[in-house]
Amino acid sequence: MSTTDDDVLLRVENLVKYFPVKSSKFFQQREYVHAVDGVSLEVKHGETFGIVGETGSGKSTLGRSVARLYDITSGKITFDGRDISRISQRQMRPLRREIQMIFQDPMGSLNPRRRVGSIIGDPFAIHGLASGAERKKRVQELMERVGLNPEHFNRFPAEFSGGQRQRIGVARALAFQPKLIICDEPVSALDVSIQAQVINLLADLQSEFGLTYLFIAHDLSVVRHVSNNVAVMYLGKLTEVAPADDLFTRARHPYTGALLSAVPLPDPDQSDGRQQIILVGDVPSPIAPPSGCRFHPRCPKAAPACVSDEPVLEPRLGDGPLHTAACHFPMAIGENLADFHPSIGEEQRVVEGAGLLAGGPAQANATQAEGSKQ
Amino acid sequence: MSMTPPDIEGDDARFAGNLTTIEPEKQPAAARIIRGRSPWQLAFERLRKDRTAKIAAGTIAVIILLALFAPVIAAALGHGPNQQFVDTGENAFGDPVGPNPTFWLGTDSSGRDLLIRTLYGARVSLVVGVLATLISVAMGVLFGLVAGYLGGIWDAIIARLVDVVLSIPFLIIAISIAYISHPGFWLVVFVVGVLSFTYPARIVRGQVISVKEKEFVEAARALGAGPIRIMFIDILPNIIATVIVYGSLLIPLAIVSEASLSFLGVGIPPPTADWGQMISDASNYYQYGYWWYLLFPSLALLITTLAFNILGDSVRDALDPRGAGIYE
Repeated sequence: MSTTDDDVLLRVENLVKYFPVKSSKFFQQREYVHAVDGVSLEVKHGETFGIVGETGSGKSTLGRSVARLYDITSGKITFDGRDISRISQRQMRPLRREIQMIFQDPMGSLNPRRRVGSIIGDPFAIHGLASGAERKKRVQELMERVGLNPEHFNRFPAEFSGGQRQRIGVARALAFQPKLIICDEPVSALDVSIQAQVINLLADLQSEFGLTYLFIAHDLSVVRHVSNNVAVMYLGKLTEVAPADDLFTRARHPYTGALLSAVPLPDPDQSDGRQQIILVGDVPSPIAPPSGCRFHPRCPKAAPACVSDEPVLEPRLGDGPLHTAACHFPMAIGENLADFHPSIGEEQRVVEGAGLLAGGPAQANATQAEGSKQ
Repeated sequence: MSMTPPDIEGDDARFAGNLTTIEPEKQPAAARIIRGRSPWQLAFERLRKDRTAKIAAGTIAVIILLALFAPVIAAALGHGPNQQFVDTGENAFGDPVGPNPTFWLGTDSSGRDLLIRTLYGARVSLVVGVLATLISVAMGVLFGLVAGYLGGIWDAIIARLVDVVLSIPFLIIAISIAYISHPGFWLVVFVVGVLSFTYPARIVRGQVISVKEKEFVEAARALGAGPIRIMFIDILPNIIATVIVYGSLLIPLAIVSEASLSFLGVGIPPPTADWGQMISDASNYYQYGYWWYLLFPSLALLITTLAFNILGDSVRDALDPRGAGIYE
């Protein structure tokens, strides 16, 4: 993380976002969901920064906090040299032209009662940029640019297919030619063939308008395809950040390793021969996350240090400054996770999240070997 | 889409009820063109197919026409609404006369033509019903949107206000207000309208709370839309169907409320013809055999409120998005 300020479009420092949980009793201490818990990252001009993680890892919360759809609990967000972490929603409004979002659900993010023309025209209407015939002309240009028929101006969102609806969402986000577009799982609700179309559209638009994407997804192959840099998130924390190719070839964090081993391979022989690491148990509760390294209850390499000390996100095993991992015992290249067994017993594992996993299927043998090549 | 079961009447066009369209290039050459229709068009089509709705709407149309042309009918018959016919409209004891060729529905206790007064009464009922409903729906939508969308302190204040208004019986508060101020047309409209804002406010608040969690509201915020724009442009169109249904069911309620106030003597002041007032007056005569005086205004009130209620129910069915598809 040592680039000059000119390169950096978005800098997030120690971002924390907690959501209060309604407690049933009056004088009980208020509980919080630790959705994002101290995340720092830098997104450079013109790059695509991927964020991957399981459901509930806080990646969407991170995206929405950066877009200031949420008021953040603490931390600092610097966008284009301006600190936007504490400004009010009213002050944020003019900045919204520069930070746009594309949402996951192409049906839910379009108002079903409004016509497509007025939905895409919203950015112009809200910021008073164009009206009447001028607005219609610009909306139709946008529709054409994202591959929609401009004649369909007067249709309702329900009259379009999933891919077309996502194009509507892209057109709306594109209206101002923003600097940063936060794509919150933009393709995960689409068919694989349609995913490719939308991803190619996003790539074309990026080279045409010089856009920067913060690309949130849980599909690793999609992220690898689109991203320059990738951050892996687990329970509100970044576990590993690296240039995309580095991450996929030289993963350091066991969690990244486990995720990568779950990516489907198109070649069945290769797929059969691969060691698949199956993580045991569920993601612990984000209300009372585990101590130390949050991944330790499920990690095959877990050791006492993982329970007591929180690992720092820093370059490990001689990696360059861009490849950082938060792990006490990072994986060496070619290392087989399946060969490892945690050096701590089950009873030592979960500290704060105790009780949640107590009855679960947490076994001392956290890995399962399949096949024996490599 | 092309797999239409052969035993079902109609053709591919019936799928238009799902609001889907077939892209032209995929469409079989012989298939009919499928139009995309807005939710409103669909609702209107459904309403058009509903026989009960048509009868209710027809009845309301007739009542409105009769109310509109009441002065014309009065002129044609030569009987003004407040004109007393001491010679022909009252019997030897000064009591009402029954239906006869001159007075088709008979006369009232003051020798006035009951038909003409019933028609004029429809004007008051309809105008009060519609205006009061507009007031209560407008207030309800405003309060409901603010309480539901902004939440927090706004929600608490409005919810308490609604609780307070609901906890006081309508007639008691209405009579109190009428007593301390001058009874009259606008007072009735105001009292009936303002006191019934609680129903739409509660419904709208609940709907807003469910709609505001939708992703398109978040999308609007991400675009920089302010709370007023989100409330009225993004959320309101999604709840307007419910508002219309409740509005259409509030009209008969307002008509009955107005009639009740007039019945109790705190509504529309005499001599303006009004159903509630006529029923109240007739109740003193009814037991002596002057049945027509009570029957016709009551019947008018019954038919009007029934027609509005039935139409309201049909509107609710028609606006239900899970409603049946429309055959062409």
